[in-house]
Amino acid sequence: MPAITARGLRKSYAGRTVVDGIDLDINEGEIFAVLGHNGAGKTTTVEMISGVRHRDAGEISVLGFDPDRDAEKLSHLVGVQLQDSQLPDKMRVREAIELYSSFYRDPVSGDDLLERLHLTEHRNRPFAKLSGGQKQRLAIALALVGRPRVAVLDELTTGLDPKARRETWGLIEGLRDDGVTVILVTHFMEEAEFLADRLALFENGKIVTVDTPAGLINQRTDGRQEIKFRLDEDPKSVMDDFRALADVRTVQVQGQNMIITGTGDVILAVTAHIARTGLTARDLRVHQATLDDAVLTAGSQS
Amino acid sequence: MIKTLVKTETKLLLREPILLLWTTGLPIVAFTVLALVPGTSRPTDSLGGLSYAQVYLGVIALIALALLTTMSLPAVLGSYRERGILKRLSVTPMRPWRLLATQIGINLAVVLSTVAVMLIVATITFDDGFPGNPLGWLVTYLLAAGSLLGLAALVAALAPSSKIANAITSILFFPLMFFAGLWIPLPTMPGWLRTISEFTPLGAASQALAESIDGHFPAVRPLLVLLAYAVVFIGLAVRTFRWQ
Repeated sequence: MPAITARGLRKSYAGRTVVDGIDLDINEGEIFAVLGHNGAGKTTTVEMISGVRHRDAGEISVLGFDPDRDAEKLSHLVGVQLQDSQLPDKMRVREAIELYSSFYRDPVSGDDLLERLHLTEHRNRPFAKLSGGQKQRLAIALALVGRPRVAVLDELTTGLDPKARRETWGLIEGLRDDGVTVILVTHFMEEAEFLADRLALFENGKIVTVDTPAGLINQRTDGRQEIKFRLDEDPKSVMDDFRALADVRTVQVQGQNMIITGTGDVILAVTAHIARTGLTARDLRVHQATLDDAVLTAGSQS
Repeated sequence: MIKTLVKTETKLLLREPILLLWTTGLPIVAFTVLALVPGTSRPTDSLGGLSYAQVYLGVIALIALALLTTMSLPAVLGSYRERGILKRLSVTPMRPWRLLATQIGINLAVVLSTVAVMLIVATITFDDGFPGNPLGWLVTYLLAAGSLLGLAALVAALAPSSKIANAITSILFFPLMFFAGLWIPLPTMPGWLRTISEFTPLGAASQALAESIDGHFPAVRPLLVLLAYAVVFIGLAVRTFRWQ
């Protein structure tokens, strides 16, 4: 059963259409990533879903409620992290958590949340003195403190260093285990690939495709893989043998290095050939297309 | 919810020492000086046997009110709006009127404490003890504070930014204080000007306070004027206040 459905969603600002007929179904308990270039309508769409903005046209249902008409009921069920959301400069981390906890009927422990987001040592620091990453983590804490059933996270890990990013991902995976439905707006393909059950690719206010990360990669890159290794033997003399293998598409030689691309079981074909012929392939590496490649492909089509 | 909100917003206000110094320290110090300096604390013939301290007690009490309402409430709510704090709060179970009520309540507490301190100073230094009718003071001042805080909340509700809110309230400060008799004492105003003054918030407050200082409970009309302003301003502020 979908936790969130949207039909024919539209929004314009000053005559410029930002969201142009979006349909979405997000299942209960899934992590759903929203991807796309800047200005593709991602933030506006999730802000309409979370009730921050009012839609011009279309229907939205979040857990059976309309964000515009049942705002009060939904406010207890939806946790929101907005892009660049701020707090009063002199409000301390601890005070912010206590204040937001007090809004909800059954909040999670603020101390635990601060601990998991590595804010415990900064709990007495005023908002203005926090680093970008600390502000970001505090915003995540405030989104989750009300024990939401739907969490809308806009640019979850922007401004976080790689370590903090990984840790935040762990927190979001924990949400999935609790059955929370998560909408994740992100610029980081790695993040969507790691966390998302499904994703939607936005372009010019429309959804281009909805798929699983692996599905999108396959769909956009035909499952292209690249194998690279260094031969002790002369690569040029064996190039044609590799070209003849099943699933191989291109073979290139750069000095002693050989770069083979292909699809399907190309890795198996190449490694089996190496084993069979007794070639000495060193430093063999496989590069599989990532979501980055897939989305770049999408961008170049427009 | 409201308890934590009040606690948090109070702490935030207390962390603005310069604002508090201007809006509470300045009126208290100004009045204390008047009450202690011989020239202004003794009865003066030109004031009909009253001292400057006695005459200016009511005016300074109203300046304290006008300073706080023009400097604090619209600026705070305006900055919350500009910085997306209201937008973030809009998707929590907190309702806008709670934030407004909290801000009005905290500012009311601050201004009442300021006047309480001034009245303590007056009671100690004046020969006759407490200046006038305590109940008259309380009722008049509560109503005056309600109407001015309501006006400030309405400005905060309507102004799109804290800069514009500040500009509006700073401009409002002068006519408000003019009609309170800051520059021309009420008794010396021409009749028509006095009539206008009686129907402005601080003019009515000034008139009612003067009667309270004289020692009796004020007339009903200025109190009704203040009550009407308080109800209309606060009502409009709550109705028009939007998160965005």
